Amino acid sequence: MADKVLDAKGLNCPLPILKAKKALKEVPDGGTLEILATDPGAVADFQAFSRTTGNELVEHSEEGGVYRFLIRKTA
Amino acid sequence: MSEESNAINPNSMTIIVTKGSLDWAYPPFILSTTAAAMGLDVTMFFTFYGLPLLLKKMDLKVTPLGNAAMKMPMAGAHMVMPNLVAAIPGVDGMATSMMKNMIKKKGVASIPELRELAVEAEVRMIGCQMTMDLFEYKHEDMIPGIEIGGAATYIECATKSHINLFI
Repeated sequence: MADKVLDAKGLNCPLPILKAKKALKEVPDGGTLEILATDPGAVADFQAFSRTTGNELVEHSEEGGVYRFLIRKTA
Repeated sequence: MSEESNAINPNSMTIIVTKGSLDWAYPPFILSTTAAAMGLDVTMFFTFYGLPLLLKKMDLKVTPLGNAAMKMPMAGAHMVMPNLVAAIPGVDGMATSMMKNMIKKKGVASIPELRELAVEAEVRMIGCQMTMDLFEYKHEDMIPGIEIGGAATYIECATKSHINLFI
């Protein structure tokens, strides 16, 4: 169970990233943020976001057009 | 002056914003907010037609006139508006409402929303003094928290920034 869940479904670039950045502030260090999105561009973008910020993209998956990302706050 | 103060910050970006139509307002605000979210120090320099993007009251419009690349989705195809039609009074307004509807429907942020997020993310915004004089804009018409400066102010910042874009 993630420490926080962000529902970014229906939002387009760059809103899922911007909202995730905000939500991460409320996650304790080492904690996790789960993001749900429908923007197909989010797949590449959350990988890039994690690489650049140093946060860990623990897993990402897709089911029925909804993308799920789990990011561990490590930065 | 110490060497350190002239060093390039690897996590920094500047954008020169020169266009202020509804469509062209997107790239600078999308990139600045995203870069800030990714931990970069971001500076935006608003000059010429980009300057009105700092006005408290934005009145953004888009025109299909002379824009051969503007192809609006319509009934499964894409429609280009002939210049002769685009020049008719009222067509700009129609194109603007169409674009705003599309933006809303597709979950794309509005420009006022993105600008607000940029302010929140502490993106440094500089309004061009010369443009303000030229087009007669007042500092009090602009959103609070912005700086006013000229080319040298921008260049000083650009010499220390890793990424410098002109939009």
